[in-house]
Amino acid sequence: MIRDRVESISLDEMRTIQGKRLVETVKHVYDNVAYYRRKMESIGLLPGDIRGYEDLHKLPFTTKADLIETYPYGMVAVDMDKIVRVHASSGTTGKRIVVAYTKEDIDTWADVMARCFARIGTDVNDVVQVAYGYGLFTGGLGTHYGAERLGATVIPISGGNSRRQVEFLIDLKPTVIACTPSYMLHLYEVMTEAGVTVDDISLKAGLFGAEPWSENMRKEIERLFNIKAYDIYGLSEITGPGVASECCAQNGLHINEDCYLPEIVDTETQQPLGLGMQGEIVFTTIKKKGMPLIRYRTKDITKLFRDDCRCKRTLVKMERVMGRTDDMLIIRGVNVFPSQIESVLLEFSSVTPNYQIVVDRINMMDTLEVRVEMNENLFSDEVRKIEMLERNITGAIESVLGISAKVKLAEPKSIERSEGKAVRIIDRRKI
Amino acid sequence: MLVKQISIFLENKEGRLAEVTSILARANININALTIADTADFGILRIIVDDAEKTEKLLREYGFSVSVTDVLAIDIDNVPGGIARPLIMLHKNGISVEYIYAFLAKEDDTAHVIFKVNDIETAVRILTKNGFRNTAKL
Repeated sequence: MIRDRVESISLDEMRTIQGKRLVETVKHVYDNVAYYRRKMESIGLLPGDIRGYEDLHKLPFTTKADLIETYPYGMVAVDMDKIVRVHASSGTTGKRIVVAYTKEDIDTWADVMARCFARIGTDVNDVVQVAYGYGLFTGGLGTHYGAERLGATVIPISGGNSRRQVEFLIDLKPTVIACTPSYMLHLYEVMTEAGVTVDDISLKAGLFGAEPWSENMRKEIERLFNIKAYDIYGLSEITGPGVASECCAQNGLHINEDCYLPEIVDTETQQPLGLGMQGEIVFTTIKKKGMPLIRYRTKDITKLFRDDCRCKRTLVKMERVMGRTDDMLIIRGVNVFPSQIESVLLEFSSVTPNYQIVVDRINMMDTLEVRVEMNENLFSDEVRKIEMLERNITGAIESVLGISAKVKLAEPKSIERSEGKAVRIIDRRKI
Repeated sequence: MLVKQISIFLENKEGRLAEVTSILARANININALTIADTADFGILRIIVDDAEKTEKLLREYGFSVSVTDVLAIDIDNVPGGIARPLIMLHKNGISVEYIYAFLAKEDDTAHVIFKVNDIETAVRILTKNGFRNTAKL
């Protein structure tokens, strides 16, 4: 079911809405965010120069580095008494970024998320098990608000505790589940171990996101659970989940472009690319009030396209994200930068030890191993001290990343090198 | 009584021990005592050799993580209670033993014990006062 009329309007009408909202947003940030005002002034741009959609490319980009620089509230465009919620995620080098929402922003977010559920056929009769983590991560609460806005019954079970997830699948009979695709596959293992089969549960669809996955994983999930598996995309900087999602056609994700204006830019030249061209997807939030972002560089690689979708929506589509322009890893739905791990290791040793991050998927769960080469600073002739060192590094990594890692100390020079440089990341996951 | 011990970090992988010992063999370094402390993932090889300085330098050149530690070596009688006696003395004086290993002498009824303590100076004083000495050629 198409929830909002705006999802199926003509391109002309959409461009008019986008243009109007873009003009308002630019004026709003120019007037209220010193950082943006300076950015615009430095290239001689005034709000009046942005008269519509076609002027989008004149605006400067925003990057994660900008968000780190203005941490925590430097990008907030309203008085703090208008901010009702913050979420946070990790930036590079262990620094956090914070995003802030007004009541209206939370409302818009719930609306776009509700659209995403409606897109996969969810309605008031459905029971939705939200198995994304609740908290600073936008996955849990964002999905929750959307399902509730739609009028479905929400089970806010949050992430983890897989046995309980399975018990709820049996007892509360959810018809829709929302979690990361790898967690869904993990749940299948847990179900099988517990002797539970798909006949014991009532799921018919799942909304999966927060990490890259493939068409093969989709087929696997659909086959194992006998459900329809849909892709959803979002990032906290833009709002959280609900920026884009698949419909019944399962062919590209419709972007809620009346709220999040997308462009594809060339990763080298930063020039805008046309439909069908692969590049970095960039969003301008044209309906956000609390912390609007202008041309935010997501570092996600994909393409935009329009087709005559059988769901009758006219919203532009993006292909499933194909990669990143940086070295960010997504492990169990959590963003991990190698530099975060590096900064932890530096706390333990005056020289940065050589290290390697090994990511794998074992029993359908992402695993993270950090191999650290022993050096003179770290070594002791006592096992107890080395084991304590391993434990301390493990604890520090967990507290920085928010996910657990296995730390393994390795012999000096044992980490493979490529042209003299240590190979930092080994991602063995087959997705 | 004070002896230099070389400790080497090794991953718990096949062939590592053979490799370290053959490096020493090729350099004509003799190992007088040896022990390994191991966990599932790694081990610490501790050796006492006839030329500690040369060994340390050599192993570092090969890229091993190496440390040199002062440990205590004493003779004990190879009889029941032989090892208990010095340990009780140390314990009563508030000295704790981090690790210990022992080997038998070929010729007589003497055993040699090597251990690391948290306060080496006090340990030497107490053991010397009580007549302990080291005759092993380490």
